[in-house]
Amino acid sequence: MGVEGIGASVARKEDKRFLTGKGRYTDDMSVPGMKYAFFVRSPHAHAKIKSIDMAAAKDMPGVIGILEGKQLQADAIGNIICGWMIHSKDGSPMKMGAWRPLANDTVRYVGDAVAIVVADSLGEARDAAEAVVVDYDVLPAVTQAVKALEAGQPQLHPEAANNLIFDWQLGDAAAADKAIAEAAHVTEMKIHNNRLAPNPMEPRATLGIYDSAEDHYTCYTTSQNPHVARLVMSAFYNVAPENKLRVIAPDVGGGFGSKIYIYPEEIVCLWASKKTGVPVKWTCDRTEAFLTDAHGRDHFSTVKMAFDKDNRITGLKVDTIANLGAYMSLFSSAVPTYLYATLLSGQYAIPAIHANVRTVYTNTVPVDAYRGAGRPEATYLLERTMETAARELGVSPAELRRKNFVRTFPYQTPVIMNYDAGDYEASLEAAMAAADWNGFAARKAEAAGRGMKRGIGMSCYIEACGIAPSAAVGSLGAGVGLWESAEVRVNAVGTIEVMTGSHSHGQGHETTFAQLIADRFGIPIDNVNIVHGDTDKVQMGMGTYGSRSGAVGMSAVVKALDKVEAKAKKIAAHLMEADESDIVIENGELKVAGTDKTLPWFQVALAAYTAHNLPPGMEPGLKEGAFYDPSNFTFPAGCYICEVEVDPETGTTEIVQFVAADDFGNIINPMIVEGQVHGGIAQGIGQALLENVHYDPQNGQLITASYMDYAMPRADDLPSFKLSHQNTPCPSNPLGIKGCGEAGAIGSPPALMNAITDAIGNNNLTMPATPQKVWSALNAVN
Amino acid sequence: MYATNYHRASSVQDAVRMRSAADESKYLAGGMTLIATMKQRLAAPSDLVDLRHIPSLRGISVDGTSVRIGAATTHYDVASSTELKAACPAICDLAHGIGDPHVRHMGTIGGSVANNDPAADYPAALLALDAVIVTNTREIKAGDFFTGLFETALQDAEMIVAVTFDAPAKAAYAKFRNPASRYAMTGVFVARRDNGDVRVSVTGAGADGVFRHPGMEAALSANWSPDSLAGVSVDPSDLMSDIHASAEYRANLVKVMAKRAVAAA
Repeated sequence: MGVEGIGASVARKEDKRFLTGKGRYTDDMSVPGMKYAFFVRSPHAHAKIKSIDMAAAKDMPGVIGILEGKQLQADAIGNIICGWMIHSKDGSPMKMGAWRPLANDTVRYVGDAVAIVVADSLGEARDAAEAVVVDYDVLPAVTQAVKALEAGQPQLHPEAANNLIFDWQLGDAAAADKAIAEAAHVTEMKIHNNRLAPNPMEPRATLGIYDSAEDHYTCYTTSQNPHVARLVMSAFYNVAPENKLRVIAPDVGGGFGSKIYIYPEEIVCLWASKKTGVPVKWTCDRTEAFLTDAHGRDHFSTVKMAFDKDNRITGLKVDTIANLGAYMSLFSSAVPTYLYATLLSGQYAIPAIHANVRTVYTNTVPVDAYRGAGRPEATYLLERTMETAARELGVSPAELRRKNFVRTFPYQTPVIMNYDAGDYEASLEAAMAAADWNGFAARKAEAAGRGMKRGIGMSCYIEACGIAPSAAVGSLGAGVGLWESAEVRVNAVGTIEVMTGSHSHGQGHETTFAQLIADRFGIPIDNVNIVHGDTDKVQMGMGTYGSRSGAVGMSAVVKALDKVEAKAKKIAAHLMEADESDIVIENGELKVAGTDKTLPWFQVALAAYTAHNLPPGMEPGLKEGAFYDPSNFTFPAGCYICEVEVDPETGTTEIVQFVAADDFGNIINPMIVEGQVHGGIAQGIGQALLENVHYDPQNGQLITASYMDYAMPRADDLPSFKLSHQNTPCPSNPLGIKGCGEAGAIGSPPALMNAITDAIGNNNLTMPATPQKVWSALNAVN
Repeated sequence: MYATNYHRASSVQDAVRMRSAADESKYLAGGMTLIATMKQRLAAPSDLVDLRHIPSLRGISVDGTSVRIGAATTHYDVASSTELKAACPAICDLAHGIGDPHVRHMGTIGGSVANNDPAADYPAALLALDAVIVTNTREIKAGDFFTGLFETALQDAEMIVAVTFDAPAKAAYAKFRNPASRYAMTGVFVARRDNGDVRVSVTGAGADGVFRHPGMEAALSANWSPDSLAGVSVDPSDLMSDIHASAEYRANLVKVMAKRAVAAA
């Protein structure tokens, strides 16, 4: 592998600038004449806008312009759309209500944008925004999805009766019902997957620049997928045609899904730049982020799992109500459907599965993909149910899982997914050994002696990532293909630039992608530049989410490298008068196998550009591009075991051990993979123990709008994690890699909740397991 | 933040004069609450009078059991004072548990006491220690000083210059942190004097802010032991309820934290 090749824990190239404060984020961007935007937002969860009076605000110091939704509509700027069509089981299309970038008639959540103020300084823009008088006719609001479906509740969109967006199903209802009717045992649960705010370290920001000389727009933005942003803003929002719009996502400080979507602010700042004649910058503050970044999760489900007399699962039936908030965000419809119900087989051979999913409008900010996106919800539901079933059946949770594991591959589930490779038992065994599972009883007894309640819980997760085969997702309703592009440009002296459509916002692409080149050509990673995040530099790409950069983005790089390598070998063979098939690349040199003839890499590159002596008919230059469309998802899987101690006096949970045993296929950079797992587990523990978005159910006000009330995990909430890998290479991509970015957040919540419920002897506990809830659950059984 | 006028005072008299000269003025000590509130535009003082450059407001003096802490003394200085640790380690421990290192190096005891946040730590200590809040015009007993949520007995432009107390024989503070803000969701300060007098005060839990608990004081006066609290009831009807903790849960925490404080004292 070499010190910088595939499999080496190379230190991250990009960290030097990040750690020394020299990263360049959207808010760091500054252009001559740039002014500042502040948005007037709805203070109400649901209201009609009767009038907007800007007279006083317009005369305030520094104000350049104040723009409202009616002007935006007059300029034919389009509605924000959801890009994945889902049909209800009756065949009707999902009910997409109008989402205006600036509301011009009705506001539907606290924070809904109503007007933009552009001024010389941020303070002046904010002062003027406070002087904009919006007269609202306040309407009743509903924030909870289950309630929003009930009769007599406030109605959000005329298109969606009873706030129902779609009523969708997957699988065989009759078969699942039959399995349940004939079961020796049925485990039933109600499962709530709590609503989360994404909280990337860098809040969203955008800088819209209209160049009247060229009639051209530039949009700096905090995006995980700048090309998708350009595509959508051109094709649907009518901001500018693609050839007149450049989107740049520079350094981006975390996304977790929340920066996939094109939000009102990007659109409005571009439009406002043209209207006001000045470049317009907007940067979100933290409370604004809580109010307006797309949230995650928020599912209410019931589940029935059927077992035969030998404790084999015979059927699974799931009914889920998912809250999508006030409007349908870009991929919101896919999350509780094809990213969720398709994973309900878990690691288990389940002959009959049926899922019914209803999605619902409420007076809350839109909900969309957040690290894991559907797969944490599926895993949590299944793994809580498995643990509960084991307790009800009186068998060990490990044994129940072992008995039901899928063991032969490929395995076709009843819910679309075709698992290509895996060894679930290997991860289970490794995790149990690392956790000293067999020594738990002694540890529990010792803890009891100190008055503490100790519990242990496991979770065997599988997820589908490396999103995704374009034709497959197209047939399921996706509006885009989910391939990736790469271009490898070898410079005349042999240094290399790689243009990728993937986008790094913390993942370390500048290092890991360069490792592929170092591995292939034997040149140092310092001689490789990874270029991403700019639609003027990279032709097209689908960006980074769904743990797809390795499996899909790197595969595109591999395809381009194959072409570069083939051409370089042709040139080398010509120069060394050898047969092309005899050329090998070793340690930065092209050699004629079995001889002492060699050419350094840079001389081959130089020969390509001098073009003095190329094979007959060969074009000069050494630059190749490729598009890679995956043939399947990849299926990371693993086993997580969590051990906790609960203080019965206060209900406080301490995580005393956390073991993660993962199968990510082949690994490019083990250190970066570990970092991804650490971060994922931290977010999963956050969900299970601490985090919860709380809207006041009466008036729709967001109570958890700052870190005073929204509990983020901190270092001292977390133990040191024990990690290991049991890798089965992915057969469907050239590197044999699976995704690792979301696994930690997917696998960890059920392990933790299974441990806490084991400790307290009460299974009736919802996330987050706050001290108060745990204390109450303990008192309920004591 | 709205525009404000900044004034730097060099003496107590100077500060009071500057403060009195403007209608909507505020004293600025560490600024750990006020500046954050101003940045959120939830406070809009016309004038700020900075107290951080008045030497007489800073410092700790200990004479036997008699303690005086200047109002502008930072939490870090309280936490790390060896003299104070010898006389009353409980208040050093309390100061060490306020906020994070940044806050402890900026925030001051006077600022905390004057703000009287119902989840702040110092009010519990001062009430249990029977401290005196010394202002530029008078001395106020802690029991008369804290009058409600963010309310104190301070008059307009009146300024805290120090707090004084007589160190007890035993004292300790036990705090249960809010999982999000890490302020006290319930904090209990216990203090026992050689004559057997016991004071138990509670912060973070009371619907009207910091309060003493006579039931626990009586039980602990009779028998200074965690076990003596077992039979004492804490009435949830006087306690706060929010998304993090119900009044019933806080009532439990009051007892548990009191037990732990007694055990640690």
